[in-house]
Amino acid sequence: MAGAVVPAIRIQREDFDVAAEIAGLAKGRTDIGAVVTFSGLCRDEQGALSALELEHYPGMAEAEIGRIAAEAAGRWPLQGLTVIHRHGKIAPGENIVLVVAASSHRQAAFEAANFLMDYLKSRAPFWKKEHRADGSEGGWVEAKEADDQAAERWKKQGE
Amino acid sequence: MSTKLIYFAWVRERIGKPEEDVDLPAGIETVADLLRWLKSRGEEYENALQYPDVIRVAINQEHVGHREKIEGAREIALFPPMTGG
Repeated sequence: MAGAVVPAIRIQREDFDVAAEIAGLAKGRTDIGAVVTFSGLCRDEQGALSALELEHYPGMAEAEIGRIAAEAAGRWPLQGLTVIHRHGKIAPGENIVLVVAASSHRQAAFEAANFLMDYLKSRAPFWKKEHRADGSEGGWVEAKEADDQAAERWKKQGE
Repeated sequence: MSTKLIYFAWVRERIGKPEEDVDLPAGIETVADLLRWLKSRGEEYENALQYPDVIRVAINQEHVGHREKIEGAREIALFPPMTGG
């Protein structure tokens, strides 16, 4: 199935509409049996944060997510794949990231979406800086060891 | 040959600029050599690259390890571990 689907990748400042993205992927098709979406939102950490600022590496962000999406499309029989990642200042409650994976059967769609998110976290060139609600200087969010481990578990034997 | 260096997140803040063009001296062959040389260029570089092991590197917009050769690189980016998603 490798190369069967051309992933749609968008890096943008603007918000996205989850329902519209699902509809866009399934429009005019009758072969899709499962659509899994993951959306990541900005949390306020119990009122401590007023916003997250997402910095990214233009060019590489698209390229790296494209590489991850192509790997997912090679590993699972997908009929559609959309990945959107926002950058800039994002307020609590707003969307940050979206993965939509479509397949004939649910398992491939679930696994591909899960894989995509694990790899995005540890390999897509984005960095979050906190804006604190009390106006004090926020720091850069630290990478979590758990996120690296989550990506590691998808490695095939021998890699 | 001039090489473009790009910095992100706290690496950018500590070095104090988003990018620069540098002429690499002879003998700088790997990413690790580059980090060692940059670190000696002043207090701001020393501050940004104090713990070189945590610095992630991309050559021509692809992730590489610190032992990677940098010959022919047009663009080398230095940044902290990523926190997107």
